Amino acid sequence: MAVPKETKKEIEENLGNYKFGFKTESKSVYKSPKGLSEDVIREISKRKNEPEWMLRFRLRAYEIYLKKPMPNWGADLSQLDFDNIHFYIQPQDKAKTKWEEVPKEIKETFEKLGIPEAERKFLAGSGAQFESEVIYHSLHEELKKKGVIFESTDVALQKYPEYFKEYFGKIIPASDNKFAALNSAVWSGGSFIYIPKGVQIDLPLQAYFRINAENMGQFERTLIIADEGSSVHYVEGCTAPTYSSDSLHSAVVEIIVKKNARVQYTTIQNWSQNIYNLVTKRAYAYQNAEMFWLDCNIGSKVTMKYPAVYLMEEGAKGEIQSLAFSGANQHQDAGAKIIHAAPNTSSTIISKSISKSGGRGSYRGLVKVNKGAKNIKSRVVCDALLLDKESRSDTYPTMDINEDNVSVAHEATVSKIGEKQLFYLMSRGLSEEEAASMIVNGFAKPIIKELPMEYALELKRLLELEMEGSVG
Amino acid sequence: MSDTNSLIIEDLHAEIGNTKILKGIDLEIKSGELHAVMGPNGSGKSTLCNIIMGHPKYRITKGSIKFNDTEISELKTNERANLGLFLGFQHPVEIPGVPLGNFLRIAKNANAKAMDKDAAQIGPAEFLQVMKEKTELLKMSPKFIGRSVNEGLSGGEKKRTEIVQMAALEPKIALLDEIDSGLDIDALRIVAEGIRKIHETSNTGILLITHYQRILNHISPDFVHVISDGRIIKSGDKNLALELEEKGYESYVNS
Repeated sequence: MAVPKETKKEIEENLGNYKFGFKTESKSVYKSPKGLSEDVIREISKRKNEPEWMLRFRLRAYEIYLKKPMPNWGADLSQLDFDNIHFYIQPQDKAKTKWEEVPKEIKETFEKLGIPEAERKFLAGSGAQFESEVIYHSLHEELKKKGVIFESTDVALQKYPEYFKEYFGKIIPASDNKFAALNSAVWSGGSFIYIPKGVQIDLPLQAYFRINAENMGQFERTLIIADEGSSVHYVEGCTAPTYSSDSLHSAVVEIIVKKNARVQYTTIQNWSQNIYNLVTKRAYAYQNAEMFWLDCNIGSKVTMKYPAVYLMEEGAKGEIQSLAFSGANQHQDAGAKIIHAAPNTSSTIISKSISKSGGRGSYRGLVKVNKGAKNIKSRVVCDALLLDKESRSDTYPTMDINEDNVSVAHEATVSKIGEKQLFYLMSRGLSEEEAASMIVNGFAKPIIKELPMEYALELKRLLELEMEGSVG
Repeated sequence: MSDTNSLIIEDLHAEIGNTKILKGIDLEIKSGELHAVMGPNGSGKSTLCNIIMGHPKYRITKGSIKFNDTEISELKTNERANLGLFLGFQHPVEIPGVPLGNFLRIAKNANAKAMDKDAAQIGPAEFLQVMKEKTELLKMSPKFIGRSVNEGLSGGEKKRTEIVQMAALEPKIALLDEIDSGLDIDALRIVAEGIRKIHETSNTGILLITHYQRILNHISPDFVHVISDGRIIKSGDKNLALELEEKGYESYVNS
């Protein structure tokens, strides 16, 4: 479908501050035809040389996907055209462990994004996905020796099938929702992580996801298993070129946090504004385990994402902090889910959204306390900052409490960037733009300070870019 | 700082919505001078400060505001600050997540750069020393330097912070809008002492807006003006303030 001139112009204007919209000319090894069919799924599985059970898993998921209706309770998905999407693009023959071996144009793409540099400076391991496949993967030798596994999910399926039989699709079954079913049918790439008992990884592991092609669907699948007493911090980032037609990113992330283990999963989502980002993320936390989702959504056209923690055993702790920035033509429908399935568990949800130029931010959250889950504590804080009259913020909190002895607190605020705040900062010498940017950064600060320094600086910079030219 | 700066307000009329608030104000403030403007509630005192600083809510209908012979009434608020104007707020605004020290350093550098694009920028370590001195001057703990601007501060702490900001930014002309309101006796003395010291050492011209005479027990003004119904109805020396205290505003307003 041809894009009207006006829309094209509007897109260009709105994306003026997006610095990651460059395209790379890259010849793929294989590209599935547009649209989804059983043939496409069989071809993906065949090319990956998968075990028979995985193909069956995919085909079952495809059936579920076909039966499930589109979700109609959240963001507007009516423009999402599945028939116009390539569900699988293989950019090179297989994943490399040295950057030098990665095809030149792909390597250059990631160099522009600062990925190899980040790996050298402050990461314990790094993965990079281009289109449907992980093209590069590495892990510190020392961690390998300790038994840590950090591989692309495809490679891990071949090497460690036992983990997959036990955990894959168990936390988020294909039947969970339409997009979990879709991912289960066509998944490709993503990270598999196993941290052995008692191993604590100090530096973060990072995966970076890049969609390069037009009308592309990226469906990575991540599975993280933190064994007893271990800890890990996984960080993911993502960007894409700017096109006038839409692409789809739909991931499934499953995490198992065993007794006394801790997992932090940080996302800095900065997709270009033609991407539908529809992601299912869920963790099971066992006895005295701790799961922390730190979810930052700056980019995309539409995001629907509600990271969840199921507190399965006593003493488990779940925390979900999110920051969403919605500019023109963006809807961030983000939130959190906590299920207290055991007594003496606690949870915190902190959600902050910033909306400007007609952007829309929604918080959608669930706190559920199962019968028998006594003595639980939960705190939910939702703050929204609106930069102008055109922008919008909504809060949809759900509390489902089936036990008496609980302490659940919910606070919500909506504030507008006030004339008063701007006047105050400007009276000291700051321009209106600097003042607004400072107010936004101050608002986001409680989330930003949870990030490792390098990412905190990156996120601050992204917010400043978003605020450039926004006023006056 | 030997140069003399001046803020000259001539026949200033202004309104908010359709309500006329200022009805012809004439006032001249020079470096080193301390002017007190006194008047009853609703007389236009705070409006005067806000208009000089360029609050977008008000509209000037007549008259002029000149800073060193440049007409500034069309300038943006930050451009006025860049020139060396400062407003101490009656109700300081909270800015969550923005540390006072960072904010002031950025503002100070913005002001310096606006005047001279090659001006040296002051670094964080150097500025921290400046801030330590200034907080000490106002008998505040240096921990306020790293705290968010005005967030969770008591009324008195906010007012002291305003004066810390004035001290750090070293404006040429400062407008202090009811800086004494809501202060207890001790806080009033500290704030007044701070203003007095800055005034004595910096050559800053100060316009002090106040409802009560009591702050003038600590700072001796060179000029006192009485404002009523949007006009300055009487000007004099510091004795005028004492007279006012004795007789009340009524006698002037009705005379």
